[in-house]
Amino acid sequence: MKPTALVIGGGLHGASAATQLARSGFRVTVVEKNYAGRHASGVNAGGVRRLGRHPAEIPLAVAALARWQRLETLIGDDGGFHPCGQIKVAENDEDMARLVSRAAEVRELGFDHEIILSREELRRRVPAVAPHCVGALACDGDGAANPYRTLTAWRRQSQREGAIWREGVQVTRVDRVPGGGWRLSTDHPDLPGLDADWLINCAGGWAGGLCGALDECVAMQPQALMLTITERVTPFLGPVIGSASRALSFKQMDNGSVMIGGGIAGCIDTGGEHADVRLAGLAQNVQTALGLFPFMRDVRVVRTWAGIEGVTGDGIPVLGLSWRHPRLIHSFGYSAHGFQLSAITGEIVRDLALEREPALPIAPFDIRRFDSSSAAARASHTH
Amino acid sequence: MKTIPLAIIGAGPAGIAAALTAARHGLKPVVFDEQPAPGGQIYRALESTPLRDPELLGQDYWHGRSLIEALRRESVDYRPGHMVWQLTRDGEIGVLAGDTAALIRAERIVLATGAQERPFPVPGWTLPGVMGAGAAQVLLKTSGVVAQAPMVLAGSGPLLYLVAVQYLRAGAKVAAILETTSKENRRLALAHIGGAIRGWRYLKKGAELLRELKRAGVRHERHVVALRAEGDETLTGVGWRTADRPDDWQHCEATTLLLHHGVVPNVQMTRALGGAHDWSEQQLCWRPRRDAFGRSDIENFFIAGDGGGIGGARAAQLQGELAALAALESLGHIDGPTLAREAAPARRKLDAELVVRPFLDALYRPGDSWRRPDDDVVVCRCEEISAGEIRRVAKLGCAGPNQMKSFTRCGMGPCQGRLCGLTVSEILAAENDQSLEQTGYYRLRPPFKPITLGQLASAAGGAPEAPARNETETAS
Amino acid sequence: MFAYLKRPEEGRTVTIEYEGRKLIARAGDTVAAALLASGIDRFRSTPVSQSPRGPWCMMGACFDCLLEIDGVPNRQGCQVTVVEGMTVRSQQGARRVSP
Repeated sequence: MKPTALVIGGGLHGASAATQLARSGFRVTVVEKNYAGRHASGVNAGGVRRLGRHPAEIPLAVAALARWQRLETLIGDDGGFHPCGQIKVAENDEDMARLVSRAAEVRELGFDHEIILSREELRRRVPAVAPHCVGALACDGDGAANPYRTLTAWRRQSQREGAIWREGVQVTRVDRVPGGGWRLSTDHPDLPGLDADWLINCAGGWAGGLCGALDECVAMQPQALMLTITERVTPFLGPVIGSASRALSFKQMDNGSVMIGGGIAGCIDTGGEHADVRLAGLAQNVQTALGLFPFMRDVRVVRTWAGIEGVTGDGIPVLGLSWRHPRLIHSFGYSAHGFQLSAITGEIVRDLALEREPALPIAPFDIRRFDSSSAAARASHTH
Repeated sequence: MKTIPLAIIGAGPAGIAAALTAARHGLKPVVFDEQPAPGGQIYRALESTPLRDPELLGQDYWHGRSLIEALRRESVDYRPGHMVWQLTRDGEIGVLAGDTAALIRAERIVLATGAQERPFPVPGWTLPGVMGAGAAQVLLKTSGVVAQAPMVLAGSGPLLYLVAVQYLRAGAKVAAILETTSKENRRLALAHIGGAIRGWRYLKKGAELLRELKRAGVRHERHVVALRAEGDETLTGVGWRTADRPDDWQHCEATTLLLHHGVVPNVQMTRALGGAHDWSEQQLCWRPRRDAFGRSDIENFFIAGDGGGIGGARAAQLQGELAALAALESLGHIDGPTLAREAAPARRKLDAELVVRPFLDALYRPGDSWRRPDDDVVVCRCEEISAGEIRRVAKLGCAGPNQMKSFTRCGMGPCQGRLCGLTVSEILAAENDQSLEQTGYYRLRPPFKPITLGQLASAAGGAPEAPARNETETAS
Repeated sequence: MFAYLKRPEEGRTVTIEYEGRKLIARAGDTVAAALLASGIDRFRSTPVSQSPRGPWCMMGACFDCLLEIDGVPNRQGCQVTVVEGMTVRSQQGARRVSP
């Protein structure tokens, strides 16, 4: 008998987990309450970025990039990945000092992908950037991709590996089955109950609610992160631009339109399924962008939107086994920077489900960090 | 941010009537309208049209004069040239006038944003020289500008005949009318003949227009089943097939082709506000939900006129009155009995006005092949996405218009889906064997029309931070 | 191809420049109407495939009549009223930005 796994959440991390689990011999069912990639997975800014990662995420991001570079071989489509580089600019000496020490920190960890650019080198690579910028931190080989296309490719790959997708199915109840394993109840008349050996929590902005139902402690909130896109303009920018001290992601897409983001939160309606943009936040985001690219002032905004994402209290994801329940794996809370990591997280989930040590360090993403009683228990144990 | 009691968006018959009703009850409304002068599309340029001969544009057009004169006379804060680019459910309105973007809040908002022509995707419809018949009417009314021969009209519906007749009265030429109304439609429309007889004035008008065309000897091809616009850089000819000769492409030279398959509600704002919309199988369009007074399912928002379903200019005017009365009542400006009393005559007239609709809708219903074109036809004019590409992506499992948009950028150009939304929803519903309700429509977001980054950045400058609802209400 | 039914009356016209050419328009006309009345129906080429386009709806919905008006690209020709001395240019492909 094949082991079985239920993945809750049809976003990128769910699709990635489903692909790897199915490939490794699990019978996988993905349960998605809306449609695949409805929220952050389908409508994020598409940054494929190692630059500026939390130290704990760097090994994963480096491994993920290697997957992005051969994504077409892995899942049959390159997801529109374009290794145009990512650059974080310094607008003053203080910014620059921060970037220089960041580069040193990354080197000390044994990585060499983040490099300092002088004012001249920045100007050479990004002639369009405002002249007051004094330098930058860059990451060659990083870039951007098309989120929904990537998600679709992962979903289709998981289906080729045998995973079953159930979209438009809301999980209403999660129960442990005596003797191990899980039973999900759903709102779908044809699927009153779904049983499996393993449960994988990839529920994104809704993962916190699922944790609550499972008695897991986690500090996480859904947030609606906003993006602005402009009309098409002639090419002026290669790499994706960020700022050393301000929330910004600024890039020109292949078709000429410019996408502006930066993890600025909009509003989520009380039902939680609909995100709205918040004008003041957008305006501030656009102002930041105009600070670096003032000639964009007269370019028109065609559209704004927001995608709902799970943001944790400490800004890094929850990825690992549950300590409260056997055969429960969490992979959520990517806090607006999970797009790039999705290329590797499925492999980690697979290793955990095969009950073997993942090839990459995931201790910092352990869910127990949010559980004060268990954190205290661990602390007393080590002393 | 300044707060006003009542804002009306749109200055067509519905918006003007709503404004006049409020003014009559002593409440001065603010009317925002994108156009430089009042009248909407139907009474467009009525104060300035160079075509002063009343016979030329006809009685239905000049009916708008009394409305527009009253708007100018009464106590209404009418603001032409004001484009509404943003709206929130709590009544915040983003307005762009000239280069200045500003925010204002209204306690009640009447949406009177009217209709637009139904998309008419056929091969070559993006060529210069191919336009909506409504566009030709705008040119005629505002500027006395007409297409030079040879001009061809194609499609169905009363506007098609009206444009042809107005052209003839103006001394311009119509090379041919290619009518797509099917024999089947005539049979199906007969089921609604009762309503048509009660609405006999409309039938009489239609018959008169047809007689006038016949008298003038205009070539009138019936039962056209396929159409294409021909030319490389600009339109040079039109090809068509008819039900009687389904295998022969017939052809004529043309430098202008005017297409028309009726009008559909403009749902940009009601969609962006997240209001409920129902698919009307009768009118083949989305209709924002509203009650008999025009109250929408969004608190404090009212919908008047064709923006809520197609009823024509006279109906729109009555709906404007009703929506304003309902808004006044909800403001506490008039009481319930006053609302009932004042609304009764308008509701009676409205019923009489709408009685002919089922007949007209059945008769002029565009057939499936017109609404769901062949693979090689461009559907999204902005991003140049073909019907075939939409079908291909649907097969990858992209079941709805929003997945389609994320995948192909279909509907993400500057028109924001106005010219492709209906077609995309209808193609996807057919491909996936789903209902239109299951398939849905584009999620729309502000700005309703493109504004510059500079305007967006400055708009919120003086505005207080909106409450960050997500931080309190949806914590998990 | 379009034209005025009757030439606009003396004293009620404005002159605009389109691609270096002087056009006489009726005061109050939109830029799109003025161009069409002068026999111009191809306004631009698209950023996607460089295919030719002219006005489709004349009521602000379709964005096919985009023009560069007084140096500002991507303006809706059917929503802007002519002003004496206005300079109008056709657009080829995506709008230009100059950093």
